[in-house]
Amino acid sequence: MALRILFKKPCFPIPSHYGSTVPLRQFKTFSLPELPYDYGALEPAINGEIMQLHHQKHHQAYVTNFNNALELLDQALAKGDASSTVQLQSAIKFNGGGHINHSIFWKNLAPVNEGGGEPPKGPLGLAVEEHFGSLEELIKKMNVQGAALQGSGWVWLALDKETKTLSVETTANQDPLVTKGASLVPLLGIDVWEHAYYLQILPVD
Amino acid sequence: MMAMASQLLLLPNLRFHSNSQSAPRVISNPICRPLKLSKFQKRYKQSLRDSRVLAFYGRKTPPYKLDALEPYMSQRTLEVHWGKHHQEYVDGLNKQLENSPLYGHTLEELVKVTYNNGNPMPEFNNAAQLWNHDFFWESMQPDGGKSPWGGVLQQIEKDFGSLEKFRDEFVEAALSLFGSGWVWLVLKTKEKKFAVMKTSNAVNPLVGGEIPIIGLDMWEHAYYLDYKDDREKYVMTFLNHLVSWHTVALRMIRAEAFVNLGEPKIPVA
Repeated sequence: MALRILFKKPCFPIPSHYGSTVPLRQFKTFSLPELPYDYGALEPAINGEIMQLHHQKHHQAYVTNFNNALELLDQALAKGDASSTVQLQSAIKFNGGGHINHSIFWKNLAPVNEGGGEPPKGPLGLAVEEHFGSLEELIKKMNVQGAALQGSGWVWLALDKETKTLSVETTANQDPLVTKGASLVPLLGIDVWEHAYYLQILPVD
Repeated sequence: MMAMASQLLLLPNLRFHSNSQSAPRVISNPICRPLKLSKFQKRYKQSLRDSRVLAFYGRKTPPYKLDALEPYMSQRTLEVHWGKHHQEYVDGLNKQLENSPLYGHTLEELVKVTYNNGNPMPEFNNAAQLWNHDFFWESMQPDGGKSPWGGVLQQIEKDFGSLEKFRDEFVEAALSLFGSGWVWLVLKTKEKKFAVMKTSNAVNPLVGGEIPIIGLDMWEHAYYLDYKDDREKYVMTFLNHLVSWHTVALRMIRAEAFVNLGEPKIPVA
């Protein structure tokens, strides 16, 4: 639901000054979403410094670069520059994916006093048991897949809309979950980029 | 004899593996026992002279103390980066190769073989990261950076135009890398010139047949503790204060054994 708001781009034909009516993206910039909790609210699981850097530096950088790439894309489309249009796709995928993924990520987290860390109840709880056996199994599976990921990426608990099944998927870099399957909806995403946890790694020995 | 024997470790009789160094390297292995002979061994008259030396792949130690790169790269970073991550690659690789037909390669060969021409085998990540980090520690030195001189400077100016252009290109490659990866100064074997190259995850120039001269780790674990998200500062610091031009010169000399960089300029009398 929040994703639809983020994705919304009014796209209707605007007469360009060349006279032809070409559907142009009315320029709406994306912006950094607010966190629904304080930076320090997730301690001791994730400390405030990590949250602040992650939100204000990393996510903000993705948003800024996403907007820049989209502006360049706009210009390239207006000029009919096919090679720039294609070349910008990797920057859009990376930064746009980063923005989408992190927006989901903030919503997935909650402070303990607001229910963070509690096992899922209701339909989700039943679905987890049906597909994975138990919550512990799901956690174990996500841990294994996350640890096995080489480089940077994300681990997802995905719902396949068509087959109505849950699965654990991983994506590389900032690829959003849809790159793994058009009918996959992310329910839970875990950022396994090192910036998400590195300041809190335990001391050696 | 005991003092010498204490350098060796008694280990089960397994195959001999070779690594990139000429002498077999014995590394500490969590399953090896301390040096006293057990009752079994004493009964069957095994002496310390019979101890089997086992050499798996090992990591190189940085040629400087772990706090020698302060304040540009903190001791803590080196402790975690070398002590934990590099060691994890070693352990992971040795575990993967326990019962594998891929033994007997030097580390460089193993990297190329496991890369499998673009379809990497599971061992590639560990092997390549192991090699990459060995290369990285040696690419840096305390009191490094500043400017190259002599033949290295000449070659850089010839291939990039100027030292500044090389630095700009290097920084730009580092900052435009998406995700985890490495930035390299390589000597291209076919074009016979220096070039800046960036690679993703564990890939290194060896797989393309190029000769790496400088390697910079752009995985977040390399700089996050010291520079948080300021990648540009990290790369600039590497170029200004950490890179070892001595090592670059040595690597270039070695590379010239494989790539003909042209006649030296002998002044005409």
